[in-house]
Amino acid sequence: MHRIKPTDHLILILGVLFLLLPIWVVFASSTHRPETLLSEGLQFWFGDYFWETYSAVLFDNTGFTQTVNAVLMLKNSLILGLGFSVGKILISTIAAYAIVYFRFPAGSFFFWIIFSSLLLPLEVRIIPSYEVVSKLGMLNSYTGLILPLIASATATFFFRQFYKSVPDEILEAARIDGAGPFRFFVDILLPLSKTMIAAIFIIMFVVGWNQYLWPILMTTDESYFTVVMGIKQILNDLEGNRIPQYNKALALSFLAMLPPVMVVLIFQRWFVKGLVESEK
Amino acid sequence: MKRQQFDSLTLPYLLIAPQLAIIFIFFVWPAAQAVYQSFMLEDPFGLSSQFVGFENFTEVVSNEHYARSALFTAIFSGLVAFLSMAFALLLAVKADGILHGQAAYKIMLTWVYAVAPAVAGMMGVFLFDRSIGPLNHLFNATGWPFNPQLDVFDASVTVILVSVWKQISVNFIYFLAGLQSIPRAVREAALIDCRNGFRRFWTVTLPLLAPTGFFVLVINITYAFFETFGVIDTMTRGAPGGGTATLVYKVYQDGFLGADIGGSSAQSVILMILVLGLTVVQFRVLEKRIHY
Repeated sequence: MHRIKPTDHLILILGVLFLLLPIWVVFASSTHRPETLLSEGLQFWFGDYFWETYSAVLFDNTGFTQTVNAVLMLKNSLILGLGFSVGKILISTIAAYAIVYFRFPAGSFFFWIIFSSLLLPLEVRIIPSYEVVSKLGMLNSYTGLILPLIASATATFFFRQFYKSVPDEILEAARIDGAGPFRFFVDILLPLSKTMIAAIFIIMFVVGWNQYLWPILMTTDESYFTVVMGIKQILNDLEGNRIPQYNKALALSFLAMLPPVMVVLIFQRWFVKGLVESEK
Repeated sequence: MKRQQFDSLTLPYLLIAPQLAIIFIFFVWPAAQAVYQSFMLEDPFGLSSQFVGFENFTEVVSNEHYARSALFTAIFSGLVAFLSMAFALLLAVKADGILHGQAAYKIMLTWVYAVAPAVAGMMGVFLFDRSIGPLNHLFNATGWPFNPQLDVFDASVTVILVSVWKQISVNFIYFLAGLQSIPRAVREAALIDCRNGFRRFWTVTLPLLAPTGFFVLVINITYAFFETFGVIDTMTRGAPGGGTATLVYKVYQDGFLGADIGGSSAQSVILMILVLGLTVVQFRVLEKRIHY
């Protein structure tokens, strides 16, 4: 292969710095006192108030009702992330199974209905979606938070593609051995798609955790706030304080990005594989 | 379709039912509702409504705020897509050429994917803050009277920079995968035929990367349209004077904050048509891609 020039490394290192520096500054600054930040600006090195800031953000109650803290918001984000990814995988594995492995009347009609949902993101039908959820009495509930987000066939599409690539001979062999549809799905198809399920789980967890617009529309009850939308709240609070609590706001942003970033870093290999393969 | 299939009368319906139910209730119903409402004029309290034909549409299209928002969306999407793709391509090409330490660079350059746009926006708020933001100080030090609260151009710079920052890692993943799927034999042949690395990139690598590039472009436009909502809502809320409101942000502002259901629905429908158009183009080009 060709010679590697030192400028190649330089460009890559500059790229890494460009991506990393903002988060470094946020984390370093969050360990200082708000007075320090106000007089000297954001900090590039750590201060001595890490535990004070983070314990206050995590455990002290704030908000209109004085019941919200970061632990509660992180819990809600976790419920949203897990509910979204698990729910999506559950309904889409079986729907894709029906589409690929069964011939039934109206099958292709249902297929097109389901896949039409790929065309329009939630953002363009946000107001009527809100009205539907409110008519169903699902505002301020985990069901109302999660189900409308699941109403998109991305995962179904990936599983359909994957099942189609599974050789026909496997089903033939299974049938000769006397396996019915249920047996085949649980004992053969699901174990075959383990990596695919893992990759989609990671991607969907990140997508669910990072939701912003839908949660701010449909949760007015503070006990359902997620940590990503808690950011809007803390931005509003900044303006009211004599000494703006920059340190806490920075700490909350750091806490909000930590779980999805950890998930991506730990499961890097699966995540990249799933992302690239699934988008074909 | 499979040669081998199961025959069952009820099972496939049971399997597909949960997904169908959710799609009907939370996708088909609201989408139909949006189309219906775009032809209706509703009073602000939602008590009565009447059919007005295309009046909502003509009103939206002729509105100067809407025109401005459309122009901003076009410029914003174009710049975000171009800049984030250009940086990502540069990094992907460099990372692809490196043998030692490639894994480390890959990890360092991909994890930003997981940061929520709203969280990125929040970080932007602090980095560009007038009293505490280092970037604000930096811009001022170069003699630029940087003030995103009052100046549309400055505000646009902040949302574009944050949106680009957030998108580079996604593009990097796709470009690197695209580069690494170019067959080894082709690369080696190119290496022998063309000693000049820069020319080799333009004449061999880039054309082979074109399908990936087109796909990434579509993802980037979708990202700039829809996912930057969080960035805009945390950083500028469309200010100053609606100068940084994308079309999606305007749907939210007019419909949810301004309670103009008809107008907001008409805007939704216009967006739906735009997205459908984008999808059609994507499928056309993807079909061509099969001939490669």
